[in-house]
Amino acid sequence: MTTPRLDAHAESLLRELAPQVLGSTIRRFKDFAASEDAVQEALAAASAQWPKEGLPENPRGWLIQVATRRMTDVMRSEIARREREDANARTKADPWSKFRAEGTTERDDTLVLLFMCCHPALTASSAIALTLRAVGGLTTSEIANAFLVPESTMAQRISRAKQTVKASRDPFRMPTKREHAQRLSSVLHTLYLVFNEGYTSSAGAALHRVELSSEAIRLMRAIYRRLPHDPEVAGLLALMLLTDARRPARCGPDGELIPLDKQDRQLWNREAIVEGVGLLSRTLSKGAVGPYQLQAAIAAVHDEAATPDDTDWPQILALYTLLERMSENPMVSLNRAIAVAMVQGPAAGLELLDHLESDARITGHYRVDAVRAHLLEKAGDHQAAIAHYTKAAGKTTSIPERDYLLSQATRVK
Amino acid sequence: MKYMLMMNAPRGTGDYGVMKWPAEDLQAHIKFMKRFTKTLADAGELVAAEGLAPPAQARLVRAQSSGAPSVTDGPFAEAKEFLAGYWIVDVDSPARAYEIAAGASAAPGKGGAPLNMPIEVREVMSAPPVEV
Repeated sequence: MTTPRLDAHAESLLRELAPQVLGSTIRRFKDFAASEDAVQEALAAASAQWPKEGLPENPRGWLIQVATRRMTDVMRSEIARREREDANARTKADPWSKFRAEGTTERDDTLVLLFMCCHPALTASSAIALTLRAVGGLTTSEIANAFLVPESTMAQRISRAKQTVKASRDPFRMPTKREHAQRLSSVLHTLYLVFNEGYTSSAGAALHRVELSSEAIRLMRAIYRRLPHDPEVAGLLALMLLTDARRPARCGPDGELIPLDKQDRQLWNREAIVEGVGLLSRTLSKGAVGPYQLQAAIAAVHDEAATPDDTDWPQILALYTLLERMSENPMVSLNRAIAVAMVQGPAAGLELLDHLESDARITGHYRVDAVRAHLLEKAGDHQAAIAHYTKAAGKTTSIPERDYLLSQATRVK
Repeated sequence: MKYMLMMNAPRGTGDYGVMKWPAEDLQAHIKFMKRFTKTLADAGELVAAEGLAPPAQARLVRAQSSGAPSVTDGPFAEAKEFLAGYWIVDVDSPARAYEIAAGASAAPGKGGAPLNMPIEVREVMSAPPVEV
């Protein structure tokens, strides 16, 4: 007999409810770290019981009840411990008052939790791990698998992150107006990293990994539902959809990378493209353009071209020029050099590269060599192109990327 | 990003030099290594860590034309150093990997003074970057 598993509907319901149940538990018990553990146990209990007993009538209430019971146990043993340590404990304030305070409200706490988990005191990897567990409802073992580290390591990372948040003494509430923009930008950056991790790991032998890109998109949708008027929220969701749309065409049967201009565009996910473009045009019409919207707009121009030759490169160049002014990221300048080459010819692109190479943040980066090789090939200088493809291949730390660059070098020969 | 931190021992006689240290120095060294690895685990940075058996027990294996293994003993005269142990860590920056490596490098040696041994730091190959 096989153990019954949650069906897809119950699974997604559980993940959707996880942050709400956690929010309600934290508000009641005022202890983020312990509540988070209690909710994980409630989720595990649901995964074990629901397939056998069917969905409870009120799944949210069921989860809150199990988490509360767990928290009550924790508090009881905590109180017992204190009583042993301090005989006067009984005369102090009623420890049970916490249990009676407030009670559950129907408010949705997903956003507050995201703001907590993407706390400025956390490193990116800690914020990612905590977000996936507390807001995404993933188990430690699933997160550990996704990042290819042992479960105990991930457990430590999460527990440390919770301690850091606790030590910051930030209350469980929406950030103030003053903090809001900065916190939201950390949340978006964290989800952007989760998406990239999932998107890039889809090449190679990583099929057993939790779908991190889908998870990032799911969480991004949750934010968008709550902040539909924030242009960068819509922009990042659009960027994810427009990038993810190309995923089916991005790798060959053996996991080898297929560059944009060689991809079978029939494989692109039309539905995701339509949704992303729709989101983007609604948000762009509101003014206030940010970097995520610009990147989404660039992805949209690629996605909307029926063939590589139909790509509107002048449009892409204009978008990169705007993005470069906004982001001061040398990688953006590098991509802009490609757009310049596509519009004005390879010589103009190569000239830009010469300037770029003096930027210390990018000196010696394999991408500079890869782009130079590409532009040299376009300019017809095959010997130099081969040399730079090979040089780039020797510097990248990505195996699929290295294989791709080496195959480029061989192709030019 | 993941890094492998490699600790090399001089080839010597085929056994590790630490075996000839006074017992208390060896104990201090082992204790340090255990604590060091535990700190990495507690920080949520440790992916793997192993110490390897002494080089005298190393075997060199090649496939014969039949595909069957041909196994020979050392000595591997050409090798000056042998891998003695390694850590694989998952960290946010190269700087953090170097910091960890420096920690390992300062493991106590004979007489308790830091060894300041060289630790080879190598990035583990990763997935490709996002195309734009």
